[in-house]
Amino acid sequence: MSLATWAFKKSPWVYHVGTAACNNCDIEILDCLTPRFDIERFGMVLVGSPRHADVLLVSGVCNKRGAERLRDVYRQTAKPCAVLCIGACAITGEMFRDSYYFDGPPDRIIKEVDPNAIIAYVPGCPPKPEAIISGAIKALSVL
Amino acid sequence: MGEDKLLIRAVIAFAVAFFGTAFVGLMSTWVDRKVTARVQARVGPPWYQPFADFLKLMGKETLIPEGSRRTGFVIAPLVGLAGIVLASCLIWYNDLYPNPRGGFVGDLIVVIYLLVVPSIALMMGASASGNPLAALGASREMKLILAYELPFLIAMVAAIVAAAAGVSATAPAEDARITFRFGSLLHQQHVYGVVAWKLSGIIAFIVALLCIHAKLAFVPFDIPEAETEIASGVILEYSGPLLAVIKLTRAMMLFTLPALLVVVFMGGFVFEGISILWAILKYVGILVAIILIKNTNPRLRIDQALKFFWGPMTILAIVALVLAVVGW
Repeated sequence: MSLATWAFKKSPWVYHVGTAACNNCDIEILDCLTPRFDIERFGMVLVGSPRHADVLLVSGVCNKRGAERLRDVYRQTAKPCAVLCIGACAITGEMFRDSYYFDGPPDRIIKEVDPNAIIAYVPGCPPKPEAIISGAIKALSVL
Repeated sequence: MGEDKLLIRAVIAFAVAFFGTAFVGLMSTWVDRKVTARVQARVGPPWYQPFADFLKLMGKETLIPEGSRRTGFVIAPLVGLAGIVLASCLIWYNDLYPNPRGGFVGDLIVVIYLLVVPSIALMMGASASGNPLAALGASREMKLILAYELPFLIAMVAAIVAAAAGVSATAPAEDARITFRFGSLLHQQHVYGVVAWKLSGIIAFIVALLCIHAKLAFVPFDIPEAETEIASGVILEYSGPLLAVIKLTRAMMLFTLPALLVVVFMGGFVFEGISILWAILKYVGILVAIILIKNTNPRLRIDQALKFFWGPMTILAIVALVLAVVGW
């Protein structure tokens, strides 16, 4: 494992992208940052700008307006980066799949921009913070 | 002293200053994060975290926004790094090679001048990036610099006047002169008493401590870099190696600014025998004070910060200056 890969695994900076979520997954993501679950011990820090981020936490059903923003945010993230789709809505669109404003699950949008994107999925509605942390660790260990 | 010997000493001092300040600065950021985590009943990152952050950032791609002025955007972080390395070099040189006539005539002035360079460079980079949030961050940074520079300078003047006023009447005349040279300042403090024990020294020290807290852009004064408010304002558009340089500059400032305070107020670092422990304790004490202030305060608005520095802080600094002149 090269030094670059080691550094990437030990210090993944996280940016939260909310694309039309009901906010339950967002609350669980925020829970991860609290002292009880404490993701800072893995080196994860919540950053304020996608340009600083290594992992994009995408939550929510991607509607047409969110799709444009998600493409821009993914382009603005400095590569190499990984994407974590959190919650059932981000994976498949779940019960909102047939809605008039639905524009594909987020991974389809991201693959339009970059077919080789590294995407991981954390199922749940909403997934527990333990599941989110476990998903992030598994995604990083694949690199 | 032969020119070759001086050159070798300068090169050694520069190498120690660069790598030493980078290493101690990065470890200080780890101490900051660990103490913050403990205060919040968390575990916190492992000891190698700042180095992993730096290496990771060096391995990312550099994104330069389309609407930015490319030259200014790229040069700004490097200018900031250069300023802080030179400032730390002066502080290290005068502590590694102590000498009552050491340093040169305008040491303190040059260090204060160089310490403004990272903040101005960050402003330059933010303005060059072409992002309205970064422009907002740049204007806030400018107002913050205007705010804290005034009491900081008055506190520094109070300190050197107190050091000179503390010289006893039986000392040679040249020891009692108010001096900006670090060598003479350290000599005055070692022989005639440390500035921080005098009343004017204590007041000036408190003012200077809060001013460097603002210079480091720590809460409650992290107004230009507010993450949630303006999406990291000044450093918003930076990524990859340039962001690594900015973070390294911040880490170096976390070493250099308390070290400057130790040199001016507490007689500097003495690297012989048991005094090394006392030197480390002085530095760590200031660091812990900064971390505790950081963890117990919310962020101020820019107008509140301006009123704070131009109001109570400036008045306290002037009081310290008057007490120092009088002899207390």
